[in-house]
Amino acid sequence: MTEDEFAAYQSLSEQTEDHRWAFGTGFTDPLEGIDTSVPEDVNARALATYCLMLGDDALVYSHRLQQWMTRMPELEEETALANIALDLLGQARMLLARAGRAEGALLADGNGPDEDELAYFRDEHEFRNVRLVEALDADFAELAGRLLVFSAWRLALFSRLAESADPVLAAIAAKGVKELAYHRDYAAQWVIRLGDGTPLSHGKMQAALGTIWPLVDELFEADPVTAALPGVAADPAGLRGEVGAVLGAVFDAATLDRPGAAPMARVAGKSGRDGVHTEAFGYLLAELQSVARAHPGATW
Amino acid sequence: MSGADLDAAREIAGAVPDPELPVVTVADLGILRDVAAEDGRLVVTITPTYSGCPALPEIAHDLRHRLSRAGFAEVIVRTALAPAWSSDWITAEGRRKLRAAGIAPPQAAPPQAAPTHQGPVPLTLTARREPVPCPRCGSRDTTQTAAFSGTACKALFRCEACREPFEYVKEI
Repeated sequence: MTEDEFAAYQSLSEQTEDHRWAFGTGFTDPLEGIDTSVPEDVNARALATYCLMLGDDALVYSHRLQQWMTRMPELEEETALANIALDLLGQARMLLARAGRAEGALLADGNGPDEDELAYFRDEHEFRNVRLVEALDADFAELAGRLLVFSAWRLALFSRLAESADPVLAAIAAKGVKELAYHRDYAAQWVIRLGDGTPLSHGKMQAALGTIWPLVDELFEADPVTAALPGVAADPAGLRGEVGAVLGAVFDAATLDRPGAAPMARVAGKSGRDGVHTEAFGYLLAELQSVARAHPGATW
Repeated sequence: MSGADLDAAREIAGAVPDPELPVVTVADLGILRDVAAEDGRLVVTITPTYSGCPALPEIAHDLRHRLSRAGFAEVIVRTALAPAWSSDWITAEGRRKLRAAGIAPPQAAPPQAAPTHQGPVPLTLTARREPVPCPRCGSRDTTQTAAFSGTACKALFRCEACREPFEYVKEI
């Protein structure tokens, strides 16, 4: 092994100032060296919350996708899903870091929480993700359907955010667009294969859409955080047409009926964006946070 | 810092191999965006290929290590997120090296990958139209077996002529 190769391996186990083993070693701030000052006319509090919303969607869904590992029908599909989960985790890290920096802009010492504090040490009601990403998929059809809806929606959202008045959010979104386009096409092709497949696969795909559908409406609901960020955030209602057209095209090609299930009710007027979640979420979060909470600050 | 120093720094930084694809360098891949002097310090700017790319901290470490060994006292590695990396930035030399290693280089990135793109990203419901030539035998009779591979930036293919599987660096 040459000296240069050795240095590369050594860096994998290098102990840095902020190393904590629950989070891996040698992790660096995903926004290191990037100007994260909040533009003057942007509401920093709302920007922090908005980035948490988008970061939590990706973090929670990435965790659910990771739970499919070792359970996928073929190795090729497993690597595909692992990579999709990794892309989303990368997006989550940058968005949570962005949230922390925006929050820091409001504090006297300028130091907001870092990505790990936000991911591992917030409680259920502090998470802002939509409820669509919380459930454990009952089968592969449900995975394909949920991934299709999620990535079609997030792609439409990120396409708009690439023009955001916050340059950091715009850069994260522009990068995400390229990734999400692959995720959406991957999911769409599976929905078509299953829907336009055998009577059994068609039936399972149709049933899966019926299960997911009550959680779709929430993706397009107005919320006060988005409303406080004109030019920075994208209006959820404005995504309905584009996402509907994409899903319609896929359902037609898949010979699937558009599901008609009514939206899941809000709880006392609140839903995922307000920190009110489904039962499945508590279990997911307990697993996601268990190591970091059992061994706070531990290193390897 | 003299112009000759900067040229030397560029050469050293550009020669750092990608940890996931060691046959190509960060310059070949277009990950290395800039090498500049700032108040006597050397500032190297890199960009991630994909949001979750785990190779970036390793690349940054390798850059600092090699440049400080070459005598640059203070080396700062910065990340740039915009403009987002495109596979179009892989150089001709990089493409040649990938092919030689049995990895098909990317085709031209789709229009929606451009930062100036407006409007919805078109949905792709069928397999790609342009055939990806086999990097071993050159046959265009190839089939995609998976949309992703060992890393997010690659897809898996099989050549129907020589029957060898190969990886393809996706266009983004």
